Amino acid sequence: MSKDTFCLGGKEFTSRFILGSGKYSLDLIKAAVENAGAEIITLAVRRTNTKDTENILDYIPDNVTLLPNTSGARDAKEAVRIARMSRELGCGNFVKIEIMRDSKYLLPDNEETIKATEILANEGFVVLPYMYPDLYAARALQEAGAQAVMPLASPIGSNKGLATKEFIQILIDEIDLPIIVDAGIGKPSQACEAMEMGAAAIMCNTAIATARDIPSMAGAFKDAIEAGRKAHLAGLGRVLERGASASDPLTGFLRD
Amino acid sequence: MKENQYIINSDLLSKEELDKKHKLETDPSYRSDFMEYHDDMDRIDSNVMEQVIGHMDSYDPDSYTAADVKRALASEVCSIDDFKALLSPAAAPFLEQMAAKAKYETSKHFGNTVYIFTPLYIANYCENYCVYCGFNCYNQIRRKQLKYEEIEKEMKIIADSGIEEILILTGESKSKSPVDYIGEACKIARKYFKNIGLEIYPVNIDDYKYLHECGADYITVFQETYDRKKYESYHLMGPKRVWPYRFETQERALMGGMRGVGFSALLGLSNFRKDALASALHVYYLQRKYPHAEFSLSCPRLRPIVNNEKIDPLDVHEKELCQIICAYRIFMPFVGITVSSREVKSFRDGIVKIAATKVSAGVSTGIGDHESKYSGTDCEEVGDEQFEIADNRSFDAMYSDMSNNGLQPVLNDYVYV
Repeated sequence: MSKDTFCLGGKEFTSRFILGSGKYSLDLIKAAVENAGAEIITLAVRRTNTKDTENILDYIPDNVTLLPNTSGARDAKEAVRIARMSRELGCGNFVKIEIMRDSKYLLPDNEETIKATEILANEGFVVLPYMYPDLYAARALQEAGAQAVMPLASPIGSNKGLATKEFIQILIDEIDLPIIVDAGIGKPSQACEAMEMGAAAIMCNTAIATARDIPSMAGAFKDAIEAGRKAHLAGLGRVLERGASASDPLTGFLRD
Repeated sequence: MKENQYIINSDLLSKEELDKKHKLETDPSYRSDFMEYHDDMDRIDSNVMEQVIGHMDSYDPDSYTAADVKRALASEVCSIDDFKALLSPAAAPFLEQMAAKAKYETSKHFGNTVYIFTPLYIANYCENYCVYCGFNCYNQIRRKQLKYEEIEKEMKIIADSGIEEILILTGESKSKSPVDYIGEACKIARKYFKNIGLEIYPVNIDDYKYLHECGADYITVFQETYDRKKYESYHLMGPKRVWPYRFETQERALMGGMRGVGFSALLGLSNFRKDALASALHVYYLQRKYPHAEFSLSCPRLRPIVNNEKIDPLDVHEKELCQIICAYRIFMPFVGITVSSREVKSFRDGIVKIAATKVSAGVSTGIGDHESKYSGTDCEEVGDEQFEIADNRSFDAMYSDMSNNGLQPVLNDYVYV
């Protein structure tokens, strides 16, 4: 059996768990990455540091792919500037576009995100846009050159789980890009559920950052994501969610 | 209710000055109309003031009961009425539950991070007579304004200590510390810091545009008190006396392109529950109008000043302050909350674990004395302080105390675009 991997920007990944690095102590990052088995870690460009003290880049293991995000950007122009800055800082070619024009809920602005995606994809970035799960926006992002789309499960930091489940399912069914569920996943069981639905990967931060034991929670998510993936590959969805297929076919009486 | 004795008499003032001072203090008809804008002040079209005042004037803290508080604590989204209950005396027995809820909200939005910054006073000249303030124009203190070389020197010392976010402050004197002087200070600060905030006298929209271009991104102005009657009786002379122009400062700053704005009442000047309500609703209504902007609340209490050791925050004890901060956090989980060095170490260490997200360190509220404070060497002339601080921890001490508390100190979460 071939290895179950997924591909972003020409790179192959075995782990389907993208770990966030915000909201917790830098010295826990290494343990979290190890327990999560994560191969991709996000970081906010605005938290990288050119000074000697507490540079987040120093805490991230070398074999992990950096996924810098543009948090703090309020429109496409600012996101593009932050992405370019990130490349100059040596954070590589990957970028997660985050454009928020609402300080209360931090919901992504799809329209501006599409604009930024187009510009950055044309500049050779591997663009992973964080978005509100809207089919038309997801298509436009694909058109604009995104390598994956990252729909939110519920408002960021809310730990409320798959509030947008039905709409994420539509993206999974209709968009030929990896769908990475991002934001709002509060527990391993919710991550597992998203993977069962056919998500390509899960991005999670707050649920882990606010756990009592951060490295252990990272491990729990890893197991849940793997279980969900296995269930998806095993074809669970057909039986439980899309009607049963009887062993004696209902149409067996039809003649040739 | 007990009142502070604010009035200080100095024998250094001329008879003429003293006469004017006494007249301002005793004869309300001698004072200007505090609701009247001066000719050079921008007037904007906004209904935020009406909304805030409407709630504040009708708020009766004593009308809330324990049942109201319980309902507020149980509801998933904190309504304005829930918030009023949490600020009421009925909520006092529920402080521990409020703290638990506040802590949960803080961790959802900010994790375990805490931001550290330092304020730098570059001038203490002031043209206002505000009776409770150490910088007021009749208070006989050593006045000073830093020259550009001095600003650069102080900033370098602060930056070398590790600080990356600076808050530049002046006394409120447009003539002594004009906008272009402050703009130059911002340009110097850009060389040393990632994030520049200003706490200066209120200015017009075009001035904010200019200051933003110079590198400033955050404007904080304290309304002092939202109680118009009290405001009138404390701010006896100068542009600061104009209450509505001050109220609209944050909105003008956002119109001028600033990224974020900070708010506060000075607790102890009036009914603190009403002032806390108004401060938070000021944020609430502006957030609805400018959803992209960043917002923060401070919660300073009155402190003793040079020449008046007796000023104190009256009925706002640490428990009441904690109640206010928890209520702020539950009502607006997303806003930054700053607790300044007006509070003692034990309070600040405790409150950052519950609800505060930002603390100052290495603080001096005097003018030009960072060199002496940071290196222990003697400096020539320095300007007097605005108020006495209660927590004089250095940046290093604050950083390690916060880390030892299980928090992640953040010096820079910011990119200037």
